[in-house]
Amino acid sequence: MNVSFVAIICYLLGISAVVGLNAVILVWLERKVAGHMQFRYGPMEVGPHGLLQTLADGIKLVSKQLVIPDKADKPLFLLAPVVSLVPIFAAMMPLPLSESVQAWELNIGLLFIIALGLLNTLGILLAGWGSNNKYALLGGSRAVAQILAYKIPLLISVMTIIMMSGSYSLRDIVLAQNHGWYVLYQPLLFIVYITAITLETNRSPFDFSEAESELVAGFHTEYSGMGFSLFFLAEYSYMFIAAALASILFLGGWQGPWLPGPVWSLIKIYGIIFLLMWFRWTFPRLRIDQMLSLGWKILLPITLVNFLVTAGVLAL
Amino acid sequence: MMDCCHIREVVQGFFSLLVGMRVTMGNMFVKPHTVQWPRETAPLPPGFRGHIMMLPDEITRYPKCIACTACARNCPSQCITVTGRKPAGAKKKLADCFVLDFTKCSLCGICVESCPVGALDFSRDYALAAYSKDDFNRMNLLEDLVSPF
Amino acid sequence: MKEQAPTYTLEQIDEENFALNLGPQHPGTHGVLRVILHMDGEYILYADPILGYGHRMQEKVAENMTYLQVLPYVCRMDYLGALSYNLAWVCAVEKLCEFEVPDRASVVRVIATELNRISSHLLWWGAYLLDLGAFTPFLQAFTDRELILDLLEYITGSRLTYCYFRFGGLPSDVDDVFLTGVRDFIEGFRGRLKNYHDLVTGNVIFYHRSADVGVILPFDAAGYGLSGPVLRGSGFAYDVRRHEPYSGYDRFDFEIPVEETGDCMARYNVRMAEIEQSMNIIEQALNTIPDGPIRSKVPKIIKPPEGEVTMAVETPRGELVIYIVSDGTKKPYRVKYRVPSFSNLSIFAKLARGQLLADALAVLGSFDLVIPEVDR
Repeated sequence: MNVSFVAIICYLLGISAVVGLNAVILVWLERKVAGHMQFRYGPMEVGPHGLLQTLADGIKLVSKQLVIPDKADKPLFLLAPVVSLVPIFAAMMPLPLSESVQAWELNIGLLFIIALGLLNTLGILLAGWGSNNKYALLGGSRAVAQILAYKIPLLISVMTIIMMSGSYSLRDIVLAQNHGWYVLYQPLLFIVYITAITLETNRSPFDFSEAESELVAGFHTEYSGMGFSLFFLAEYSYMFIAAALASILFLGGWQGPWLPGPVWSLIKIYGIIFLLMWFRWTFPRLRIDQMLSLGWKILLPITLVNFLVTAGVLAL
Repeated sequence: MMDCCHIREVVQGFFSLLVGMRVTMGNMFVKPHTVQWPRETAPLPPGFRGHIMMLPDEITRYPKCIACTACARNCPSQCITVTGRKPAGAKKKLADCFVLDFTKCSLCGICVESCPVGALDFSRDYALAAYSKDDFNRMNLLEDLVSPF
Repeated sequence: MKEQAPTYTLEQIDEENFALNLGPQHPGTHGVLRVILHMDGEYILYADPILGYGHRMQEKVAENMTYLQVLPYVCRMDYLGALSYNLAWVCAVEKLCEFEVPDRASVVRVIATELNRISSHLLWWGAYLLDLGAFTPFLQAFTDRELILDLLEYITGSRLTYCYFRFGGLPSDVDDVFLTGVRDFIEGFRGRLKNYHDLVTGNVIFYHRSADVGVILPFDAAGYGLSGPVLRGSGFAYDVRRHEPYSGYDRFDFEIPVEETGDCMARYNVRMAEIEQSMNIIEQALNTIPDGPIRSKVPKIIKPPEGEVTMAVETPRGELVIYIVSDGTKKPYRVKYRVPSFSNLSIFAKLARGQLLADALAVLGSFDLVIPEVDR
């Protein structure tokens, strides 16, 4: 690994720009999608069609006073948003947007990202515990309760893809799809994967740890201002990473005719993110036990059978 | 374990989700129903009830009110204060003070209905705003009218 | 599919469990309702609703006002079905004083009240789905509700706390603009209702969140004095409009939707069917609306004879009973409101026991509570 110091700084800056810009765009997009699905316009006032609304909101959030509840566990309370956000900078490193646009070609890139993705749950748990609020605690414990139910199907579906491509490297997985995207071979797995990343990113219909109508605001009930905006930033960045993984694993990453690679990557990523938003603004929330039975009784058998069948076909 | 019935249930459930998603996608292509106030305004219905106002007499331009206090007596919130006296040389009493406490008013319209001479009506002011409560709790309805005194 | 939830008694609550204060400011309680929940993890051991945050002494206030002055106040209790309250008070006083109501007035009253019922059910539909975590239905319902509000604003002048009916009839007549507007709305809404069912009724997540949740047995439904869609969801075909007709409801042909299962899904289906029945009633009323006067001769100052009167009305939430005792003066001697939300809420503590928090909020949503009505 001969990465120079300057290069690291450049990557960090680039990734920070991606994280920040992505959140600004996604928050705006979410509000616009929500608005238009509900016969509204969404933000319209700040900038053309409200494009700068998120920036204005961001400035407001950052300039607010930091409120720490009296009985909160102060170190954990302050640490939680940071724990949630920081792994993103590392997880974005091995993501290839095209053959040349990639911060760090890592031969176990897939494993690296999935491992770091787990830290999000730790952040939520810390927030839930540290706030010393019953609603937050329930939100945090829900996040932990659901983790196995979606991680196992997610990992098995990823294993299936690894088996097909024969590599943990994200770049190699994309290159292995030269002759056809994996979504064509594994449509069922794609559906399972999308369900699993909806769960992983805590998005409705699986937003148990937030669950506005039940837990007020779940794990971030006590957060405002800066802490809240960091959680927001983390949520949308995890969405970006999850969608990027989906596009790499199933939709052939940067591959596509006419347009340059990064553009294709972004189109696919934002397409999947739009899908997640579409879910959120359509479905009611599941109950936590229903989510667990969805994970264990539906997703897991599907992925397992799929895994075995794929292994059989590949062996032939 | 997964029997036939279970699988059919899962597949049916999955398609029911797609039906719902079709509806929300359809919504995206409908023109939004919201009105971008204040750039656009919705039409005010004819029966709109703003705060009450005093009507002037068509000939004399004085306020129509004869200070019978029927409105003040019938008001459920006691938010109207009326006093009246006879102007010099006149036979009938006329109102010299008609004050509405708009902070108490519930816009029920009983005062308008109870007025024997039809001196009250609803105004069509809908965007009322002020810096002080005093602008609303002592609204002088005779202010803009010609005084007979 | 659903496992039997464990049941607990109050004695089993110890330090291992915790109390969760749900409300008075909580997005799930739709108002200033407070429920103290004793929880074991996500399971509710014991629920204790605490009322009275919005108590306004409606009954005492009514004793100190003339019959006309009370009129705008009753509509403030149930702000979603204000016209039903309006109708109840007006009918009660008319019954007490034996005033005549012209035919045209009572038909217009039916049209306006049923429109109000649809708008109330639409808001409930959105709010219930909001309790279940879906956002779009809320605004989907609002787009159609807005059309009803526009229509009602056209005749009554207000959008929420209507006060349109008067003793002996109506203060102002309705014109053709309103009547054709109602006709157009019914026609358009019939078509749009399919979207509602596509988006929600058939949805598998919604089905599993509602079916078998918060089951009210017929025995309990009768014992707790439930009424309205909650009662009809448990298998009782009781509707005041049919059993004690008022304001000419006996002239209209409508069904009473009944479901046998008594769960949230049953209450949902009853309300959705009621929207359609209300549209049927409105259509019949539009076709048979007579010409004629809208207000009979009524003395300016209402002084009912000594006596008492009981008037029951089917509001969107259930059976409202108004009981007035008159001592022959301008003001009522005693007024009693029997409000549907209060009785419907009374079974919540029993239903919530042993439920998951999410289910308890779904049950609370399925009751369609209006908290100012509970507190009055």
